[in-house]
Amino acid sequence: MLPDGYRSVGGSSFADLLASQAPEMMPGASGAATGELAGVAHGTTIVAATFADGVVMAGDRRATMGNVIAQRDIQKVFSTDEYSCVGIAGTAGIAIEMTRLFQVELEHYEKIEGATLSTDGKANRLATLIRGNLGMAMQGLAVVPLFAAYDLDQQCGRIFAFDVTGNKNEERTFHSVGSGSTFARGSLKKLYAEGMDERSAVTAVIQALYDAADDDTATGGPDLTRRIFPLVSVITADGYRAWDEAETAAVADAVIGGRMTRPDGPSAPLT
Amino acid sequence: MTAPFYVSPEQLMKDRADFARKGIARGRSVVVVQYADGILLVAENPSQALHKISEIYDRIGFAAVGRYNEFENLRIAGVRLADMRGYAYDRRDVTGRGLANAYAQTLGTIFSSGGEKPYEVEIFVAEVGDDAAHDQVYRLTYDGSVADVRGHGVMGGQSEQVDAHLTEHYTEGLGLQEALRLAAAALGQDSTPAREISAADLEVAVLDRTRSQPRKFKRLADAAVADALAG
Repeated sequence: MLPDGYRSVGGSSFADLLASQAPEMMPGASGAATGELAGVAHGTTIVAATFADGVVMAGDRRATMGNVIAQRDIQKVFSTDEYSCVGIAGTAGIAIEMTRLFQVELEHYEKIEGATLSTDGKANRLATLIRGNLGMAMQGLAVVPLFAAYDLDQQCGRIFAFDVTGNKNEERTFHSVGSGSTFARGSLKKLYAEGMDERSAVTAVIQALYDAADDDTATGGPDLTRRIFPLVSVITADGYRAWDEAETAAVADAVIGGRMTRPDGPSAPLT
Repeated sequence: MTAPFYVSPEQLMKDRADFARKGIARGRSVVVVQYADGILLVAENPSQALHKISEIYDRIGFAAVGRYNEFENLRIAGVRLADMRGYAYDRRDVTGRGLANAYAQTLGTIFSSGGEKPYEVEIFVAEVGDDAAHDQVYRLTYDGSVADVRGHGVMGGQSEQVDAHLTEHYTEGLGLQEALRLAAAALGQDSTPAREISAADLEVAVLDRTRSQPRKFKRLADAAVADALAG
């Protein structure tokens, strides 16, 4: 039997349906936690940059619990539909749940309405979900995603950053979130060029993640012994594509090779 | 004072069934055909916006005939049920059988409840498996009964003529283009002489197990349909 309420005339939002039908399953619904929480995994650094044909997003692979490395090969960049992806920093449990909800939200809308949401519509929905987590953020369980999409109308890659209150701001060039973001952003500032090709853009974000790992204890650098490298996602007019490990490893090896002679990475001209 | 008018339960159910059946037979048919790589759903539907065939979940498709507002209501409820289950458990835990059961219960309850008029709809719930043996197609009727469909099925409109054509010409393991030609020809059998239905008037979708994405449902554009019909 279809549950009560499913056949009622309603909106096309899955999050609204979840909130009315199964509120206990909303991310962070377990309510107010008080006091210090120990043993909660945190994701660290995500970077994204636009390039000539679209947008690239990459994240390091480390999750931390205080001073302990909780996971060495965590996935922090997820495709949310054919033309968008989300990278997560902050409390991993809530962030991954929120990303899952956002994925279903986009697909649900597409199936019910028979049309996909606009890029701005997607970003606004994500902002609403983040705002819904404000109570948890006040308790220290913040989620700060970075959203990247290829806009089929404008024919370009777009990046949206958020704060814990759901304030959304668009970045046309590059952006980074998470504990190592200060260093990654500084690095990208020098390496980014408008109209780069895909491989250059991927190289730039891997350089930025290397710089973040170099100066931030919580960000994981390339793990040479285990061959764990950042996960790279690219979105173009052809849709979402995750680089496979061998491709990423080749770029990462080139970056590491360069660092063997110049540990601080490539230098930018002074003027 | 007039005596309360007695209607036997048999007569009551028969009247309700006749009412639903009449409504369903008014429209055009929808055809489902299993082909080598999955399941093909074809409807005659000149509208580009109001669909008779839709995606429910990764491997599950939906086709309906009858009253639009009623089957649209069921479709949306089905998408809600599937998405909710997939979110609460896992994407693999959403099955066509579960959805068909939910529809059957709902349709059955509406049919036998005195308060509501019966829904004038029939529904296909199709689920594509890893191979043809695991494909499943359920046909649900207005009274909530469920039937397993093997190979091919028709509902709505002049379904006997369409079904006769399909039964005569269907073979297992058809290619997509052959299956589509067969379905289009079958849909044209509802009048004598048989009509030819143009690609623009056909709504066509497949559940294609060879797609690399988890979502196997795909609509075929008019151009692709025209190509297949011409080939």
